[in-house]
Amino acid sequence: MAKITMTVNGRQVSGVCEDRTLLVHFIRENLGLTGTHVGCDTSQCGACVVHMDGQSVKSCSILAAQAAGSSITTIEGLAQNGELHPVQAAFKAHHGLQCGFCTPGMVMTAVDMIRRHGSDLDEATVRSELEGNICRCTGYHNIVKAILAAAHEMGGVRQAAE
Amino acid sequence: MGVDGIGARVARKEDRRFLTGKGRYTDDMSVPGMKHAVFVRSPHAHATIVGIDATEAKAMPGVIDVLDGKQLLADGIGNLICGWMIHSKDGSAMKMGAWRPLADKTVRYVGDAVAIVVADSVAEARDAAEAVVVDYDFLPVVTDPVQALADGQPQLHPEAPNNLIFDWELGDAGVVDRALAAAAHVTELKIFNNRLAPNPMEPRATLGIYDAGDEHYTCYTTSQNPHLARLVMSAFYNVAPENKLRVIAPDVGGGFGSKIYIYPEEIVCLWASKRTGVPVKWTCDRTEAFLTDAHGRDHVSTVKMAFDAGNRITALKVDTIANLGAYMSLFSSCVPTYLYATLLSGQYDIPAIHANVRTVYTNTVPVDAYRGAGRPEATYLLERTMETAARELGISPAELRRTNFIRSFPHQTPVIMNYDAGDYEASLDAAMAASDWNGFAARKAEAEQRGMKRGIGMSCYIEACGLAPSAAVGSLGAGVGLWESAEVKVNMVGTIEVMTGSHSHGQGHETTFAQLVADRLGLPIDSINIVHGDTDKVQMGMGTYGSRSGAVGMSALAKALDKVEAKAKKIAAHLMEADESDIVIEDGALKVAGTDKSVPWFQMALAAYTAHNLPPGLEPGLKESAFYDPANFTFPAGCYICEVEVDPETGRTKVVQFVAADDFGNIINPMIVEGQVHGGLAQGIGQALLEGVTYDDSGQLLTASYLDYAMPRADDVPSFKVSTSNTPCPNNPLGIKGCGEAGAIGSPPALINAITDAIGNNQLTMPATAEKVWAAAHAAN
Ligand code: FES
Ligand code: FES
Repeated sequence: MAKITMTVNGRQVSGVCEDRTLLVHFIRENLGLTGTHVGCDTSQCGACVVHMDGQSVKSCSILAAQAAGSSITTIEGLAQNGELHPVQAAFKAHHGLQCGFCTPGMVMTAVDMIRRHGSDLDEATVRSELEGNICRCTGYHNIVKAILAAAHEMGGVRQAAE
Repeated sequence: MGVDGIGARVARKEDRRFLTGKGRYTDDMSVPGMKHAVFVRSPHAHATIVGIDATEAKAMPGVIDVLDGKQLLADGIGNLICGWMIHSKDGSAMKMGAWRPLADKTVRYVGDAVAIVVADSVAEARDAAEAVVVDYDFLPVVTDPVQALADGQPQLHPEAPNNLIFDWELGDAGVVDRALAAAAHVTELKIFNNRLAPNPMEPRATLGIYDAGDEHYTCYTTSQNPHLARLVMSAFYNVAPENKLRVIAPDVGGGFGSKIYIYPEEIVCLWASKRTGVPVKWTCDRTEAFLTDAHGRDHVSTVKMAFDAGNRITALKVDTIANLGAYMSLFSSCVPTYLYATLLSGQYDIPAIHANVRTVYTNTVPVDAYRGAGRPEATYLLERTMETAARELGISPAELRRTNFIRSFPHQTPVIMNYDAGDYEASLDAAMAASDWNGFAARKAEAEQRGMKRGIGMSCYIEACGLAPSAAVGSLGAGVGLWESAEVKVNMVGTIEVMTGSHSHGQGHETTFAQLVADRLGLPIDSINIVHGDTDKVQMGMGTYGSRSGAVGMSALAKALDKVEAKAKKIAAHLMEADESDIVIEDGALKVAGTDKSVPWFQMALAAYTAHNLPPGLEPGLKESAFYDPANFTFPAGCYICEVEVDPETGRTKVVQFVAADDFGNIINPMIVEGQVHGGLAQGIGQALLEGVTYDDSGQLLTASYLDYAMPRADDVPSFKVSTSNTPCPNNPLGIKGCGEAGAIGSPPALINAITDAIGNNQLTMPATAEKVWAAAHAAN
């Protein structure tokens, strides 16, 4: 058992968990933040993507203990003051989600992608950088559209995601 | 219509919660005292259970109990059933072997559940499951359906000699054979439809809660069909009386058919909750999903198509062997029969068709409906055959199809279906224009310069959606009715709640159903709330599958709205001292036509409930319900054209263009409809290029994770060009046909036709992996 402290969505949190506990389970079960999903057991699907110290990571491939002391942003921490983040708003405007299960991971991946590329993003880059996220519902068409629109909307400056 | 009404691209009401992490899926549910379950599953494809020893497991940390199939049997829990009775051509009933929710004597596929461990945490339950000792006596294994039918093979169920479940036929074999003998040309083909894993991104999960105080059961589950789950679990499995069982399917992360069925886990978790006295939650991991979610497709067929000298089809003969896996899942028997053979006429005027279908048990996971269910198998067979025939006859594939299109409606096919309306030429023309069909030769030449082989392929599909009517399907063996229900509750302040028996797991019902109400009453969409997925809140329902939510579910809603409007008009007429036949409902008010007199909707609603001033004899309140049983299926159809480039060096196929031209009848929300098509296309492209469930000879599943089973990713599919033509369905009040499955039905043949065109070799099976395409391309040279 380990006592772990970290900053999640701007708040300091701590919890006790087994050494083998994965970050995704710590987030879902200890913190009750169920927006981060588990879609596979081989780190292939991307439903569990969160940001750790500003970079996207698959929270199913990191031990909770490894994340101790870091700053984590989950999907619950993206909208500010009740306003959707521009990437969330673009997913809604362009129908980039259907069942919504892959969506938190998709959005977190997209935010990081836009942070790195700014408005230089093109369709080929988006498609290639989405290779770690699987969506079974949308056929990706509208996800790609939403990410490109958000990149455009967020402007040419490469900006920090959070 | 208002801005939110029918035809508007309204952004979805449900998106906000999904986008902010506030969706509530079954695994997100926690209740006080809840414990976690892990199933002990057979690692062998076929074996006798000699004994189960859980002594050590029960003593492990955190373990509440370990329960097995003998205890389940002792408590009287029944077998899982198949709900559609099919008779063989000799008149005998299908041969159904027993499927125990926990195997007590024999396991028949890798993943068959043997015991359940309940513990404080998932990790502790998993540790203990490892410690349960099951003593197996191995039995021989068969996984191939053709082999399974042969003499001397392993036998799965004593009820089904030679593993044959039924040998069924449709159509007149004599007429077809004579037409084949007299034909100017016969095209023959062998067709394999590969086995797929549905893979909704949300793994299945269930939470069983037994309340000893009320002797009441609650089941949260990832279901497309909570009312059916309740019916089957109470009436057939003896889990709980129907009036003491509440089934809730909250947010569900995709289904594609695989979440229609009742699986062992829901039953066992409810029962285990009663046995242990604690709420029991189980969540599948992905490997377990590959091992236990019903798979789709898995047909082996031969086809013969006869043509006369004018290239008109004179007959079609199809012989199919369908693998149903180790047990018969809930709808498995109707998929390769009434959902498959009845669509073998496609869009073509074929005077005679004969289909023979044999279904077979093998030591593999049960096979059942998956997006399209039977229709993709029929379309793949037919459209591969049409393309092959066009090549053999030396005419354009478009011309061959045009020559044979059905042109007058209604059209009775020789395989039961009566097509009500359609315009197949319109979608063919639209797809050819959008794909610049005529410019293909130039693009091919240009690709050749780059060393690439470019090919084009088409597919003209038809599907039957909104299965119906109840009486007709009942006469064909269906165990359930195929109506839908809706209830409209107008609140005292005029806001509206709609209770629908349809179930949304990604299709956007909270938006489209609200659009219909907004359209009819002129109310803002935010004043309308759609409730679904809970048997305690929704009176009755048959769930969502087979693209029935619009055509059947929304038709029920339209009927309930008729009743609400009629009563609202009575109340308003009384308030305004007008004749009720003069009242019109517009923009959120009830107006006396031709005057400036009106009552706002909310005021009429309040009057209905204050009941101070109602017409004499009228009941207070404004809440109406309706059931709707459609008169016929609906028949969406369309034309898909795919263009590919194959790299002859590597065999890799790139889809460079995909055009879909569909006829879905009237459309409520074009944005949502396009999204459904995109998703279907990606699943079909997945089937054609990447996906395939593979077993080895010992029955081990070789594709049990995303490392081994290739899911289509963003890079594997292009951006799609989609369009619709809209011939209204004459058989339902809204003219809706259904759009959820079209993409998955029409796309595989278009893609395989394009690849075979590119490489000049017609022998290619799905999935057309780079290795297979490379070999086929080189074999052709
Ligand atoms: S759950 Fe983390 S990648 Fe699938
Ligand atoms: S929206 Fe359902 S998996 Fe992506």
